[in-house]
Amino acid sequence: MRRSRFPFIVTVAALLFLYLPILVLVVNSFNASRFGGGWRGFSLVWYIRLFHEPAIWQAARTTLIIALSATAVSVILGTTAALALHRYSKSRLQRAHFALIYMPLVMPEILMGISLLMLFVSAGLPLGLGTIFLAHVTFCLSFVAMVVLARLQDFDESVIEASRDLGAGGWTTFRKIRLPLLWPGILAGGLLAFTLSVDDFVITFFVAGPGSTTLPIRIYSMIKHGSPPLINALSTILLVLTFAAVALSQRLSRPKTKEAA
Amino acid sequence: MRTEIRSKLREVLMTSPSFLWLAALFALPTAFVFAIALRPANPFGGVGRGWTLDNLERLADPLYLDVVWRTLWISGLTTLICLSLAVPIGYVLARVSRKWRGICLMLIVIPFWTNFLIRVFAWKALLHPEGPVKRVLVGLGLAGPQTPLLYNPAAVILVSVYTFLPFTILPIYAAADKFDFQLLEAARDLGARPWRAFRTVFLPGIRRGLLTALLFVLIPSLGSYIIPDLVGGPNGEMLGNKIAQRVFVDRNLPEAGALSVVLILAVLAPLVVALFLERKKEKPEAILR
Repeated sequence: MRRSRFPFIVTVAALLFLYLPILVLVVNSFNASRFGGGWRGFSLVWYIRLFHEPAIWQAARTTLIIALSATAVSVILGTTAALALHRYSKSRLQRAHFALIYMPLVMPEILMGISLLMLFVSAGLPLGLGTIFLAHVTFCLSFVAMVVLARLQDFDESVIEASRDLGAGGWTTFRKIRLPLLWPGILAGGLLAFTLSVDDFVITFFVAGPGSTTLPIRIYSMIKHGSPPLINALSTILLVLTFAAVALSQRLSRPKTKEAA
Repeated sequence: MRTEIRSKLREVLMTSPSFLWLAALFALPTAFVFAIALRPANPFGGVGRGWTLDNLERLADPLYLDVVWRTLWISGLTTLICLSLAVPIGYVLARVSRKWRGICLMLIVIPFWTNFLIRVFAWKALLHPEGPVKRVLVGLGLAGPQTPLLYNPAAVILVSVYTFLPFTILPIYAAADKFDFQLLEAARDLGARPWRAFRTVFLPGIRRGLLTALLFVLIPSLGSYIIPDLVGGPNGEMLGNKIAQRVFVDRNLPEAGALSVVLILAVLAPLVVALFLERKKEKPEAILR
């Protein structure tokens, strides 16, 4: 049967479409020209400039502090949530619980940002690192719970039963069997939470207040009134870091034994 | 009986951390938006006392109606373009060899892992009046030197499609992967032309994936804020921009709340329709099984 070439052409075109802007950005980060109009020769000047911008490093530090703390808390909350959802899957409470975890995933970011802002303003909480942290845990939690839940559902429950049959108590079974098996899921969820936290602009922008600047907020103000080549250089560095993180997470979430594949 | 109570207690104990967190920082603030939309603004950028319908009445302003309409058609068109690209791509992914499928999926997901702001910025640089796309288009005679590529609804749609395409491809691929392609061949054998076989056999077969993909584009697109902010200009403003302006420019939280209520309703509508469609379709199938 002769198959149409059309879908194949669309796929190749879409891949080009996906990579074209990123490629141009990376190339331009090495361009000596200030406005990226044309190629003026290879240069590392923007990278060197970047290292002399204390505001960026300060923002990067803030981002890292928030991402690490939000990841830690959301991993704990998300994992317990997934365990509860998995274990008591038939109870009515878990259905409400699931809805509560699922809704933030479909809520547009701007709505989450403004609703949190209104809550913080009404509660009289000063906007700053604390409110950013609270917001980040809130949206990371659901993602962690979903990733861990997916892992739990792939489980071979007979392993747990075997452990019980051999006389292990609930806690021992959890610590020795379930947790090691769950570990890749928790790590993948944590990595996702970390990336989401580092990446988030909209929600952070709403709840940050004037004093605290994260990297995406810094990038936004650079896009609005800064110099494009510096953003190109910064983006390239972030791209390399993201690719490394993706490669790492791929390795972690890949099943170790062949039979699982 | 005692073990039952203990089991229930343990369930409540395990559920409460995440449940309470999300109740306090997700459900409660969402309810707050509705409440604040009914409050007057005070001159200090906060929320005043008493209740009022003023904020909702102000939504009838033709300026706002324009923005709501634009938000709807930009999101609708973005969704349509994303879906019509994602269906052939999902089809290809489901049919190529395992090795190529892995590579293609990886290639599709990687851009989605890069910072969202940076992706939008990259397009801003590409579409710049002195940028590469403009020069190619002028060189080909497809655009005049004065044709603006940035700061219009078309730029918003282009960048939105770029941003949301991976989210559309994945669910459609997942559905196409489960689709039995022999059905397509059977349709062809029975004399259906390719397009007809595709339309009457393949598309209904991946219905679920299509619906998920639709929601994955439509909902975030309705709530778009950065994309129109950076490449839309005044003629490309969407609801999200108006909400942000009320918050950051004139600090009128109640009016921002009223606009957010509109956005919440716009987002809920397709969700409810999707749920309804799923329910309706589910029942006869369940009986057949």
